[in-house]
Amino acid sequence: MAELTADRTTEVMTVNIGPHHPATHGVLRLIVDLEGEVVRDLKPVIGYVHTGIEKSCEAHPYWKVIPFVERMDYVSYFFQMEAYCGAVERLIELEIPPRAKYLRTIFLELNRIHSHLVWLGTTALDLGAISMLWYCFRERDKILDLFEMAAGQRMHTRYFQVGGVIEDIPLGFEAKLREFVADMPVRVGQYESLLDRNEIFLSRTKGVGIVSRERLLELGVTGPLLRAAGEPWDLRKTFDYLAYPELDFKIPVGTVGDGYDRYRVRLAEMVESTRIVEQALDALPEGPHIADDRKYVLPPRSELPVSMEALIHHFKLVTEGYRVPPSEIYYAIESPRGELGCFILADGSAKPARVHFRDPSFVNLQAFKDMAVGSYVADMIASLGMLDPILGGVDR
Amino acid sequence: MPDAPGLELIRGEIEQDHPGAVLDTGFAQKRAVLVVDSEQILEVLRWLRDSPGHEYGFLSSLHAADYLPATPRFAVHYELLNRDRVERLRVKALLADPGDDALPELDSCVELFPTADFQEREVFDFFGIVFRGHPDLTRILMPEDYVGWPQRRDFPVGGEPVTFTYNERRYG
Repeated sequence: MAELTADRTTEVMTVNIGPHHPATHGVLRLIVDLEGEVVRDLKPVIGYVHTGIEKSCEAHPYWKVIPFVERMDYVSYFFQMEAYCGAVERLIELEIPPRAKYLRTIFLELNRIHSHLVWLGTTALDLGAISMLWYCFRERDKILDLFEMAAGQRMHTRYFQVGGVIEDIPLGFEAKLREFVADMPVRVGQYESLLDRNEIFLSRTKGVGIVSRERLLELGVTGPLLRAAGEPWDLRKTFDYLAYPELDFKIPVGTVGDGYDRYRVRLAEMVESTRIVEQALDALPEGPHIADDRKYVLPPRSELPVSMEALIHHFKLVTEGYRVPPSEIYYAIESPRGELGCFILADGSAKPARVHFRDPSFVNLQAFKDMAVGSYVADMIASLGMLDPILGGVDR
Repeated sequence: MPDAPGLELIRGEIEQDHPGAVLDTGFAQKRAVLVVDSEQILEVLRWLRDSPGHEYGFLSSLHAADYLPATPRFAVHYELLNRDRVERLRVKALLADPGDDALPELDSCVELFPTADFQEREVFDFFGIVFRGHPDLTRILMPEDYVGWPQRRDFPVGGEPVTFTYNERRYG
């Protein structure tokens, strides 16, 4: 009898987790080799929500591609829009007005808070802290209200356009945003007081899923995961885009790079993002919200009944779109999960010849094996939560 | 980014160690591009990663593009990054279409940059470009039994039957 049990614990068993499993945050399938309860090998299988977005983009004029790319990483849609619109603007050398830069920065940072809130709620849920989900989604709803107010949609807003943003912020938006900005740091403090000294949360995150900084860099991991390991690398600081060079904010970094550090870094980022939003709102310049180049930007609605020129431009842009000279570009921004890059190949026609997204979730997922091998199954689930992959972005 | 003269210096230095490796340089949208012979891609990447004064140690992105009807038809792009100097450099390996059903091939850079693992699989999956020496070159996003290379420009959009059980029962 004793022999039997001994055999059973040393036997390696291959277990299939997912693709439909609540702890995998989407349709991720994991093939796990288990020795007892310890993970010995792991292989992520992806592609279950691959919808060929990149291929679909090739069949549409440049301005119609925006709603497609938004739907890749469905939690950080503003970032996909910025990566794509920014890349097209650089291809056609279109400068966007200062007000558009600031508005985009505000919405990107609101989206970053939103994305981290979704992450915090669902990951804490995985670790057994069910009430966190309701608190996080309460604040997330306020952000979605703001998106709805400005763009008319709560998710997938199509708010960013090539040349700027589609509409200026409405009356009353600023007051509501200021209310949110004043509220948010208090809320983050409340999350901290719920989790920071929670015995279960600490034992599930401290020392779990540590991967060294060097290994993370080899694997191309960016974003909060890399910063939690002590590497202060953030594209908002290193590359000059939008209004970030003019704003004052800090890059939170961790020390050990375990689950707890990742949690701390993301929470600190939420507070920093709130500061960015507040500063950008204070410094919001007056002026147009979209560029005035009629070859690329739709004329204002009010001009259509009175100006033949405007009508011609409108017709031309809506039917054919604009042509982009043959060239190629790779434009990267800092998304909530790391470096989000957009590669566009233009062949001179009105449709892109290739749109490729370097999605941070896709690349970061490669580090999952290093995080989980050698740990317990339960810690593997905690590590996956802390990795924060969005499978829509992974599979595109 | 290295500026235009800096790019020519890099080209000259690579030429000394690996003659014929660099085919062309380009400078567009403020971004330096090094067009490289696909047979010597590993040597060039290793040189760029390791030689002092350059050290492009981070591979941001690896992706491919189909330049149909141009020849050579394919290119694999390596977006290299030096994080200390905050410099990006794009290396482009040109690949001709071997014709018939043969697949274009080049060396895998997983040994140099482990981050290329998934990304090379993605390029293989979508373009049918084979990376020699890749540890597990299988389809990653498309189904395992899928036939065809969907991101190629001559691969049609649509026309694929949607296999819902309802359709099968109703329309056979």
